Amino acid sequence: MSPDISLTPVVVGVVAAMALATYVTKAGGLWLLGRIDVSERVETGLEVLPGAIVVSILGPELVEGGPAEWGAAALVLVVAWKTESVLLAIVVGAGAVVAFRGVL
Amino acid sequence: MRRDNEETTCSDGTVAADDALPDAADERADRKRTVTFTRSGVRDGFVKCVPVSLGVAGYGIAFGVLAQQAGLSVAEAALMSATVVAGAAQVIAVELWADPIPVALVVGTAFVVNLRYTLMGAALRPWLRDLTPLQAYGSVFFMADENWALTMGELRSGSDKGAFLLGSGLAIWAFWVGSTVLGATAGATIGEPSRYGLDFVLVAVFLAIAVSLWDGASDLVPWAGALLVAVLGAQLLPGSWYILAGGIAGFVLEVARFES
Repeated sequence: MSPDISLTPVVVGVVAAMALATYVTKAGGLWLLGRIDVSERVETGLEVLPGAIVVSILGPELVEGGPAEWGAAALVLVVAWKTESVLLAIVVGAGAVVAFRGVL
Repeated sequence: MRRDNEETTCSDGTVAADDALPDAADERADRKRTVTFTRSGVRDGFVKCVPVSLGVAGYGIAFGVLAQQAGLSVAEAALMSATVVAGAAQVIAVELWADPIPVALVVGTAFVVNLRYTLMGAALRPWLRDLTPLQAYGSVFFMADENWALTMGELRSGSDKGAFLLGSGLAIWAFWVGSTVLGATAGATIGEPSRYGLDFVLVAVFLAIAVSLWDGASDLVPWAGALLVAVLGAQLLPGSWYILAGGIAGFVLEVARFES
């Protein structure tokens, strides 16, 4: 099967908007932060944002899962913590969830 | 990494003083140019970032597979990696992806997740402002977490290589786009995703991201607040807005409990 190289106009538009929104954040620090003062209070808030969003994605996802998903999730946490390798954590997690679903 | 950021903006007295006069162009002209922008700087950044980029490539393969599962073509996934260049935001986007695409949610969440780049860019100002606008604003396009940290280390150790950010960013970019294509192409050849546990990959990726973002016990309160709001929001709010609601709850909690 040859790879799908089609481009849907709507998707290209959404990707362009994402690219623009992201570039604004990257260039914004360079441009804006020389002109306005961001308090340390707001800074710590901004730093906590990515983690808070990732946790917000995971919470409901895991609530909907069962023992197999919870066990695999715990294993992923341990592997990611010990090895700091995303790829290894994924492979272990995917393998574990299949195994646990067969057993539990 | 985050503590690095704070030190850079706060501990250097001269930086703070310069920051108070951002528009004093004539004063800047008087200052000796200490940061260069050379081909060898680009090369040096690229070479030093290759080992880190290999790790990024593992992540890129996962993103490619997820994007393909979400319904993006190989070309669309590659286009996103090439133009957005922000791992976590892209993975979240394909998680939110649906038919029709919730545009406001996808773009808004990407913006909020990436707000941290504003601080990272600000930390680079003391060096980047010695470059021309094209050099500086071109370089930050290629800024990701990994090469930002590498560049901060390089420049703070006294290096004058202003092109290091661009060089290291080009390495990240090349590996990120290449691995996305690889993952998206491979993803298309896989039949039933749940047979291989692939439906769990997204959860695994986010768990690994969470581990890398965890900054110690101080994160406990905002993360717990975010979790609670998200779980409740998933029941009460339409679509996937609970994700943004949880993130903002974490932000508000952190700001509210801040003590200097």
